[in-house]
Amino acid sequence: MSDDFQGPMIRVADLVTHYGERQVLDHVNLEVPSGETLVIVGGSGTGKSTLLRHIIRLDLPTSGHVYIKANDVCHMPLERFNLLRRKMGMLFQSAALFNSMTAEENVALPLRELTQLEDSTIRIMTRIKLDLVGLSGFENYLPAQLSGGMKKRAGLARALAMDPEILLFDEPSAGLDPVTAAGIDELIVKLKQAFRMTIVVVTHEMASAAVIADRIAMMHEGRVIAVGTLAEIRANPHPRVQQLLNRVPDREIRDAQAYLRTLTQPPS
Amino acid sequence: MSGILAFLGRYTVELVSYVGGLASLSRDVLHWTFVAPFRGQSLKWRSTLHQMVLVGVNSVPIVGLISLFIGVVLALQGAYQMEKFGAGYYVTALVGVSMTRELGPLITAIVVAGRSGSAFAAELGTMKVSEEIDALEVMGLNSVRYLVVPKYLALLVMMPCLTLFSDTAGIMGGGAFTMYQLDHTFTLFLTATRNALVMRDISTGLIKSLVFGFIITTVGCYEGFSVRGGAEGVGRSTTSAVVVSIFLVILADVIFTAIFYYTD
Repeated sequence: MSDDFQGPMIRVADLVTHYGERQVLDHVNLEVPSGETLVIVGGSGTGKSTLLRHIIRLDLPTSGHVYIKANDVCHMPLERFNLLRRKMGMLFQSAALFNSMTAEENVALPLRELTQLEDSTIRIMTRIKLDLVGLSGFENYLPAQLSGGMKKRAGLARALAMDPEILLFDEPSAGLDPVTAAGIDELIVKLKQAFRMTIVVVTHEMASAAVIADRIAMMHEGRVIAVGTLAEIRANPHPRVQQLLNRVPDREIRDAQAYLRTLTQPPS
Repeated sequence: MSGILAFLGRYTVELVSYVGGLASLSRDVLHWTFVAPFRGQSLKWRSTLHQMVLVGVNSVPIVGLISLFIGVVLALQGAYQMEKFGAGYYVTALVGVSMTRELGPLITAIVVAGRSGSAFAAELGTMKVSEEIDALEVMGLNSVRYLVVPKYLALLVMMPCLTLFSDTAGIMGGGAFTMYQLDHTFTLFLTATRNALVMRDISTGLIKSLVFGFIITTVGCYEGFSVRGGAEGVGRSTTSAVVVSIFLVILADVIFTAIFYYTD
């Protein structure tokens, strides 16, 4: 991990993945330069979260590669990738806080386990991170005592604990009311301005993407169908892109013959 | 016909992959317990102690009570047959040998599988569903080392302890019956027990209890890790953790009892 690395921070090359028989990612190619915020948007089940899980090796692909600073994530030994993971943070959809630990203990966990720092230093660093996400005063709360938005903030503080160079967000606004969601978006923008981090956000909210993104990648049925700035995406003539931008529902296909067949077909 | 073959094939594949999963988890557990600590990756003593209290100390009352009852029942059933031959004296021996060689470890294993095996599956399953296991992995922390090894160590220490306790409670139960019904004195009961038991009776029981503990942890945690699909999946895994671990405990019991019988 040299700090003067010039190429793209994250590069996804020809990634193909199956869950059982079903193909989830279909030859995905994507590059995220250092310091950029890329937002991946798309409908439910289009493989955006799966792509994010591959970037941090929670899933392994059928074929293809993910490179982080030119390290082949899926084909390097896990111990070596774990060193790389220390400079990566991820906020999960459900925040994924450890329920038996307080907010402070959650944030302190990576510091305690992965560094040799003194307890007092860890405490100060933890307080700084919690303050950064606006949770000062909630150090001793258990996750069950925090609201949905606060859980996400605590999860974000934990992701920031090791001062990551890469930050991944899985549906940061899922399950939140619009006001709280906007608060999280604002926090992401603030982080982006304060630190030179490479950020990848997966979301289905175009409004949120418009606020956060340097560039937007749009996914449909396991493929990236458009990549570009907000203006470029808006100008893209692809019908699926326009459909997602304008929130048009899928037209229901009513072929009478096919419909009858689906009803009368014996179970296979 | 092809339907039956397909069913058999699918069932075989599932069985093989289940056994493979258990084997691979066992290998990881053994690695993180016995190899990794010598490479500077220490064990988690705090959570191990916590688990010892949960699975060991807290099971003492129920293990004691059940073993006591089983001891009484064994003495009752034994006396029913043996008094016909005027061999009432040997009831104490029967209870002592059955408890230490067989029933002590088995009762302990069944109680622990029901109490703790299911708890392991539910705990890890819930963590899996709420992405907490993924969160550990993302931090570069190994979930087997953090979550499974403390449970395994706790059972490694607590199963023999509980088994000894169960042996004692069962023998006491049997003794209570012989003293009350067959008019044995306490001294006679102690002498009869001492004469009946050899060290090997107790040690084979303790070896079995270690194996049972390993089975319960591995199955419980494997079921937890393999939870799919939310709360319902957690329920299903919890149930099969208990069923599968009791089945494997009894299978291992058959194998080890046979080995001890033929190597005596």
